[in-house]
Amino acid sequence: MQKDIKRLSLFLLFAPFALWIALLIILPHLGMFYISVREKVAPRVYEFGLENYINFFTEPIYWNTLIRTGSMSLLVTVLALLLGFPIAYYIAKIAGNRTRGALFLMCLIPLWVSDLIRAFGWILLLRETGVVSSSLQWAGLINTPIEFLYNDAAVIMGLVYTVILFMIVPLVSTLDGMDNSMIEAGYNLGGNGPTVLRRIIIPYAMPGIVAGCIVVFMLTAGSYLTPILLGGKNSSWFTEQIYDQFITRYNWESGAAFGFLLLAFTSLVVWAGLKLSGQTLNSTVAKS
Amino acid sequence: MAIKANPIFLTSYRLYVAAFFLFLAAPLVAAGVFAFNDSLFPSLPWQGFTLDWFFNDTEPKLGMFHDRRLLRGLYYSFVIATGVSLLSVFVGTCNAFLFVRCDFPAKDFFYIMMVVPLVIPGVILGISILLLASTIANGAEETLSLDLDFLRPGIVLVVLGQFSFITTITSLVIVARLRKFDQSMEEAAYNLGASRVRVLRTITLPFLFPAMAAAGIVAFLVSFENFNTTLFLVGSEAPLTITMYDRMVKVGSTPVLNAVSFFLMIGSALLALVSVLVQRDPPKT
Repeated sequence: MQKDIKRLSLFLLFAPFALWIALLIILPHLGMFYISVREKVAPRVYEFGLENYINFFTEPIYWNTLIRTGSMSLLVTVLALLLGFPIAYYIAKIAGNRTRGALFLMCLIPLWVSDLIRAFGWILLLRETGVVSSSLQWAGLINTPIEFLYNDAAVIMGLVYTVILFMIVPLVSTLDGMDNSMIEAGYNLGGNGPTVLRRIIIPYAMPGIVAGCIVVFMLTAGSYLTPILLGGKNSSWFTEQIYDQFITRYNWESGAAFGFLLLAFTSLVVWAGLKLSGQTLNSTVAKS
Repeated sequence: MAIKANPIFLTSYRLYVAAFFLFLAAPLVAAGVFAFNDSLFPSLPWQGFTLDWFFNDTEPKLGMFHDRRLLRGLYYSFVIATGVSLLSVFVGTCNAFLFVRCDFPAKDFFYIMMVVPLVIPGVILGISILLLASTIANGAEETLSLDLDFLRPGIVLVVLGQFSFITTITSLVIVARLRKFDQSMEEAAYNLGASRVRVLRTITLPFLFPAMAAAGIVAFLVSFENFNTTLFLVGSEAPLTITMYDRMVKVGSTPVLNAVSFFLMIGSALLALVSVLVQRDPPKT
């Protein structure tokens, strides 16, 4: 009797989980792969083949965009880590109890604001008639308006802005768990600032660093709005290529192949990152 | 902290932190402030304070509360976000009980499966669900001549698409809370003769409720601002982010978009505040 109830409740609890993962994650991805290996030979007639993938590799503009997206995303990840780590350390270890809560909350607020609004704000600040250019003119530092938008620097800055909070939040929660006496012990044993940082703080914060880097990299490589709005016509981000294949050209087979390539590429980078740092998905992102 | 840091270092460190928070606030302030500028363009010079971009009912300064298309977008966003939060909190709660209380083979593997949707780019989730739904809809139409309209881009697909990754977020929030639950409280209730349902209703769920509410609010906010997944699944009922994007790209930005931004920022801030307050443990008396 007792055992039957246990079985039944396990089954009832497992059902929603299984339906969700199977119908919305696994099946769609298998379907996407299936469509990506289809070739249109005549209207409504399809054959299996790798043509969509071959197209990707023979057309330099496609794989160039993917490589560009990947390398810029890595750069954004590194910048977010370098800029965000001192902030996270300040919040977790240096700020007093009261400022600490306030600073953390201030970090969370932009998280609740849509990407669209954040990019919109940057447009208002950086464009030729925008706040920064006008203020510089008013201050007499420049004579003619300057366009700060529509270049790679603007895209990278906008992306760092959008994702840095996803770096800071896991870092703060890991650094929070570190006992201050560990740092003191490091100094007492004769270590100086950089040594303590390198030998004690960074190894301790590793799960947080890896979790932050994974989420930031995925978000950047998969982002759509920021590169388009801040980079303008020549931003060429890979998600834009996917959108183009799907909506503009209505070529779903090749769009599916592109989607699959982006997924394979980002998964590969995440896998390599986990292997290199000796972490697992379970010890980083899944830790809440 | 016990370390005696060099004062110059500490001062520059503080300056860096201050500069960082300025950087965080700048675009949000810009997006909000221009909603109150009495000008047709969201840029300097400042022409004076106005509330026209919220309340005025005539062109060219049509305020957001009279702009039919923006209001419709707001309404669809609201419907979608409500659906997504209810669904994802329900499945998230089931997941929490499943992974905290039950034992079954390959549990670690399934736990990783639960986290995976969070690290799939949103665009990919959108297109894969679009492809599967369209394939099924086309197949049903050709072989059974059934018209499965809900599998065409539209509200149902947007809700499913957002639900697919937001459930991971709600699950993680609720799992964390359930792990803190002291099971001896349930045992005590059983010893006092309570039934399973009664224990769940009077002890376990009330304990879990703050986390469920907070997860629901987070789900609501994430759904409201989602763009990447929604973009591919949207039909004629476009939510607010898509409507705003269309306006920005096709018409160019006018301060009415700043008004919407301001409105959304205030709304999100209030909801986020509520979620912080419900999760806080009641003061012990």
